[in-house]
Amino acid sequence: MSINNEEFRPKIVAFCCNWCSYAGADLAGSSRLAYPADVKIIRVPCSCRVNPMFILRAFEKGADGVIICGCHPGDCHYSTGNYYARRRMTLLFSMLDYMGVENGRTRVEWVSAAEGVKFSQTMNEFVEKIHSLGENVRLGDLRCKN
Amino acid sequence: MQRIGVFVCHCGSNIAATVDVKKVVEMVAMEPGVVHAEDYQYMCSEAGQAKIAEAVKEKNLTGIVVCSCSPRMHENTFRTAAKRAGINPYMVEIANIREHCSWIHKNVEEATEKAVILARAAIAKVNLNAPLFPGESRVTKRALVIGGGIAGIQTALDIADAGYEVDIVEKTPSIGGRMSQLDKTFPTLDCSACILTPKMVEAAAHEKITIYTYSEVEKVSGFVGDFTVDIRKKARSVDANKCTGCGVCQEKCPSKKAPSEFNRGLNTRSAIYTPFAQAIPNVPVIDRDACIKFKTGKCGVCEKVCQAGAIDYTQQDEIVTQKYGAIVVATGFDTIKLDNYDEYAYNQSKDVITSLELERIMNAAGPTKGHLERLSDGKHPHEIVFVQCVGSRCSDNRGKSYCSKICCMYTAKHAMLIRDKYPDVNVTVFYIDVRTPGKNFDEFYRRAVEEYGVNYVKGQVGKVIPQPNGKLLVQGSDLLDNKQIFKEADMVVLATAIEPEASVRQIATMLTASIDTNNFLTEAHPKLRPVESPTAGVFLSGVCQGPKDIPETVAQAGAAAVKAIGLLAKDKLTTNPCTAKADELMCNGCSTCANVCPYGAISYEEKEVNDHGIRETRRIAVVNNALCQGCGACTVTCPSGAMDLQGFSNRQIIAEVDAICR
Amino acid sequence: MQELINRAKELLANGTVARVLGWKAGDLPYNPEPAFFTTAEELDNFVYNGFCGANLSKYMIAASKLEGKTMVCLKPCDTYSFNQLIKEHRVDREKAYIVGVGCKGKLSIEKVKDLGIKGITAVSGAEMSDDAETLTFQTIYGDKSCAYADAMLERCHVCKGKEHMVYDELIGESKDTKDAERFAEVEKIEAMSPAEKFAFFQKELSKCIRCNACRNVCPACSCRKCVFDSTKFDSAQKANVDSFEEKMFHIIRAFHVAGRCTDCGECSRVCPQGIPLHLFNRKFIKDIDELYGEYQAGADTDSKAPLTNFTFDDAEPSIVTKR
Repeated sequence: MSINNEEFRPKIVAFCCNWCSYAGADLAGSSRLAYPADVKIIRVPCSCRVNPMFILRAFEKGADGVIICGCHPGDCHYSTGNYYARRRMTLLFSMLDYMGVENGRTRVEWVSAAEGVKFSQTMNEFVEKIHSLGENVRLGDLRCKN
Repeated sequence: MQRIGVFVCHCGSNIAATVDVKKVVEMVAMEPGVVHAEDYQYMCSEAGQAKIAEAVKEKNLTGIVVCSCSPRMHENTFRTAAKRAGINPYMVEIANIREHCSWIHKNVEEATEKAVILARAAIAKVNLNAPLFPGESRVTKRALVIGGGIAGIQTALDIADAGYEVDIVEKTPSIGGRMSQLDKTFPTLDCSACILTPKMVEAAAHEKITIYTYSEVEKVSGFVGDFTVDIRKKARSVDANKCTGCGVCQEKCPSKKAPSEFNRGLNTRSAIYTPFAQAIPNVPVIDRDACIKFKTGKCGVCEKVCQAGAIDYTQQDEIVTQKYGAIVVATGFDTIKLDNYDEYAYNQSKDVITSLELERIMNAAGPTKGHLERLSDGKHPHEIVFVQCVGSRCSDNRGKSYCSKICCMYTAKHAMLIRDKYPDVNVTVFYIDVRTPGKNFDEFYRRAVEEYGVNYVKGQVGKVIPQPNGKLLVQGSDLLDNKQIFKEADMVVLATAIEPEASVRQIATMLTASIDTNNFLTEAHPKLRPVESPTAGVFLSGVCQGPKDIPETVAQAGAAAVKAIGLLAKDKLTTNPCTAKADELMCNGCSTCANVCPYGAISYEEKEVNDHGIRETRRIAVVNNALCQGCGACTVTCPSGAMDLQGFSNRQIIAEVDAICR
Repeated sequence: MQELINRAKELLANGTVARVLGWKAGDLPYNPEPAFFTTAEELDNFVYNGFCGANLSKYMIAASKLEGKTMVCLKPCDTYSFNQLIKEHRVDREKAYIVGVGCKGKLSIEKVKDLGIKGITAVSGAEMSDDAETLTFQTIYGDKSCAYADAMLERCHVCKGKEHMVYDELIGESKDTKDAERFAEVEKIEAMSPAEKFAFFQKELSKCIRCNACRNVCPACSCRKCVFDSTKFDSAQKANVDSFEEKMFHIIRAFHVAGRCTDCGECSRVCPQGIPLHLFNRKFIKDIDELYGEYQAGADTDSKAPLTNFTFDDAEPSIVTKR
């Protein structure tokens, strides 16, 4: 647990596909739609590039939440990528839930390049959710925390 | 270890107002691998780019991180700058500290901290970057068009006019397709044959176009720019080089009972036949299932009467193998089977017909020589009912969920033509909605109603009941008047839904082109790349992509041709270097990656490997760089991690994750 | 058993096969081990009894590279694994002469020990020809006995059936052993509160010593190089460096075999720490069945695996929070 009384600052990793969600995040930026600085975006070509390893690795290294954003089903730049991602993430999240990890720490959201508002809203909601869940102790190495 | 230079952009005040750029420079300078860090007003400007070049030279940089706006904005700018400075362009990474940072955060301390973290992630990634080189592949300057309807003909003509060789493969004995079966075309009512046959002749005469009729695509291998295709030329039993097209064989053929495909089975044809008088090529084929000679060995009349000696009963199917740079699919459509629609009594009464059958009846070369008559008794009808949306816009799974798009217009056309030629005939149209978007389309429909007195009833037909007196009792509802309608009709015409030609499934599989649940071919992007298939080098023309009318089909055919020409005009294709790559020592050869590849870019080779002294032959995945688009689906499905994506490798992404979570 | 040995000798003698893959007696009466036999003399050591739980299909990956055919003894559940390996091009069907051996349920020595039977010097009632009703043990503490079913492996209580999915010939009788619901244990965990779930897995997985026995025995975990040994993921050097490591390993391992795992239960059988590892795989199987339609890996060699397939209206990942 934190040794000082600082406010909880969650670490949140957002994987965004290059074609829709990353562009949606860009639009959120150019529209000045604020969301907390706790969210850090990693650009991937497609949501189907997100390996469950990356997500678990993030948790292992102390992330408090991981969100994956991709094109809406049917709009994938590579036509089928997000359909595979959807199955993979559903199974992975179900497994984490099964192991007693709070299921609010992981999320998938489909955000198009035009949905700057949705991107910002989603991130605000997600950060709020992570705040309510508090620090991630069930996943990851406890020693990373302090 | 890389020697990395970090360049932090102020973007005027766009970044600098919320991010303390000096602090960012100071912080990143301590990161592993960083040997140079500086900030500048506008990194994307000439002067900014010059600073990069200078630092590359002075500090011997091997990698570059630019902390600036979105990579979607200026990644290319900085890659080009790096290239000019003598560094591989793929050694550049962008930390997006404008859109993802300064523009959305107000607190300078927070924004600065985030900017540093984003920069660290980019630095961590560059540390693992490797130079990438776009590949090249050659382009065979020849196109294949599958399907010889108006879509295929137009595409072929456009490509050929641009100076490239084109082959058309058509499975029936003649080109012409569905359009050749139509009588008149909306909204101008010009005769279909009059506008189509000149194009058919033009295609046949074009020195750059080769037409394979009565032929099918059998096998496709290769990839964009370099496809190899096997075409099966089915045995015609007639030597096309000798045949003069005199037609005597068809006249004399004693077997005349085969249903005419061209007339939708409404009448019969001889066993040796051309589908229609204007067929191209004007060379008949022998339908071996109907021919007496082939069935019993006796007959041979056609051979005897043929002055040219063109009949050849021993002819065999022939396989032609040809290379192509581009393939256009123009396989067209058919009407759906009406077996699920017993309520319309299509299978019970000859006087219930589809609209396409009506086209043949109205046509002067059709089974009734163009006279409007009942097929049951040859009598002139006085009351005709048209039923719209038969199998289209269907909410259950009996029919199709989509709108077939052309039916509203052709029904208005039929109604108008009938009223014009036979003013004594009453015409009633049952419709759900009348959809007439298109140039002069709504005007056309209104003329049918206002000038020609066609009776439009908003409502569905529930049942068509054949009556003992030979009439058809049509039971429908009038939604606007809220009443049931019972109408005795002499003929009922069903606006039958259209669906992609059945063979398209097989063709899509051969091309690894994707199709949707309705068997329509999928576009690479529904809005921005509507005539391209997701499979590179495969283009879509006409109804195989979705329902459309003739003007739209021709427009799309032209668009597909332009895309194909754009490809054929290149001598070499440059390939995106951010492609998947399999580590051959780690690959299990399990095929899982190939199963998820949307582009068919992964194949397998039996390859001799030397795995730390063990020499053996293994089945190994090989990625075709010309086909791979770099989505990465394969990399995650690969359990061993043998498959990795260059430019977005597992280690690179993990390094970014680690840097952010540090 | 003699029938099997005779047939094996015959196949070796007439040149149909170059070797036989089966089991030979171990140094204890209850630990037969997988073995290759190349001569008639060697085959005298061949055993096949209730303790022959090992799934031999994975050995066929290596055997497929050898000269000539291999006669391999596969129990009904093993044939699923073999089919899956055919599908993944890891084994060569032509290199295998598959003798489908009968199965009356396989035994777990751990379960026997849990029944208080220790110091075993001889076992009877576990032979193929026995009726698989009662087991009797000679122990250093005197004779003991137990019901056969009480000593059976967990997997045999939820048996997929005694039908062989692929074989060249069948030898020996089988006996139906299914007497429990396959997903009952998974459902029990699903019904727990998050804290209970977490505690359950924390307790089980903290026992893991990363010996890799589960990985080595698993027919689906047949990668030439595991990602956890690979430098390509930066995960190689990480054995047990932190408390999350085992969880990550087991989640990823289960994920990698999801849709490919035939639920043969070998992982749980070989775990020296007695971790019920099959609970991970079976959770994925249950989810796949519920979300994407029933699927049994290895039931055929050409179906699309659930994770390399999709439908346009698949459930969204948020379904996890809704269930």
